Amino acid sequence: MTMVEQTTANFDPNSVRKVVDVGAPRDVAWQVFTEQMGSWWPLAMYKIGQANAIDAIIEPRVGGRWYERGEDGSTCDWGRVLAWEPHSRLVLSWDVTADWQYDPGLQTEIEVRFIAEGAARTRVEFEHRRLDRYGARRDEMRTIFDKTGDWGQLLAAFAQTAATSARQPK
Amino acid sequence: MMNAKRALDALGDPTRRRIFTRLRHRACYAGDLARGMRVTRSAVSQHLQVLRAAGLVAVSVEGTRRLYQVDARGIETLRRWLDGFWDETLSAFKEAAERAANTTRTNRTRK
Repeated sequence: MTMVEQTTANFDPNSVRKVVDVGAPRDVAWQVFTEQMGSWWPLAMYKIGQANAIDAIIEPRVGGRWYERGEDGSTCDWGRVLAWEPHSRLVLSWDVTADWQYDPGLQTEIEVRFIAEGAARTRVEFEHRRLDRYGARRDEMRTIFDKTGDWGQLLAAFAQTAATSARQPK
Repeated sequence: MMNAKRALDALGDPTRRRIFTRLRHRACYAGDLARGMRVTRSAVSQHLQVLRAAGLVAVSVEGTRRLYQVDARGIETLRRWLDGFWDETLSAFKEAAERAANTTRTNRTRK
């Protein structure tokens, strides 16, 4: 996955930064991010409720809820809208704990900035910060949020497994 | 959320990986799992315990029988660990926004 740029300068253990270059005008990028989140958020994997999630919704105002909706009509909160500046800046709280439960007291923060690069492109700067709120599990969570997993280690483990399996009769 | 490392360690064992692969196809009773494997039934039970502890397998009790199945949460844990949460999510956003931009452009051209 090479579409998301890593910003490794000035490593901050409490923050994850990403930059995405989007081939869409700024208003479209904003609209898709805020109004059509359910159409792109990987709901099959990244959801916290018991029910299958079918939508992700940001209520368009400061103080609005950010939540998932299940196919049974249930909703599970993820956070709140902390700043709502249409087409340019969005700040959300991400109140999902390391155990993937909603806790309004968690309050990690996500800031998304939409910067027009001409009429047809947008630079989207993303930051997930205040990861210190995860306490002892900060590093574990930062790894999950930030990096592409340690493929090298995984492949080594499976190479070893495959070699072992190959030696055993079927 | 379960620890991804623990799941990977559990799958490092070839027998456990075979059990897990079987469960990926369909839920199974412990007795059925042991059939056709070169290990004893009690060894299969021990492997199932490890897979459960790693969050990869869930069990439901049906009378005296125990039905084992893949635990979706364990799979999610592994995927998150492999893919990176925000990389995956933001890539999906980028694709959706570009699709929307193309649709808008096409509609404008038609007008």
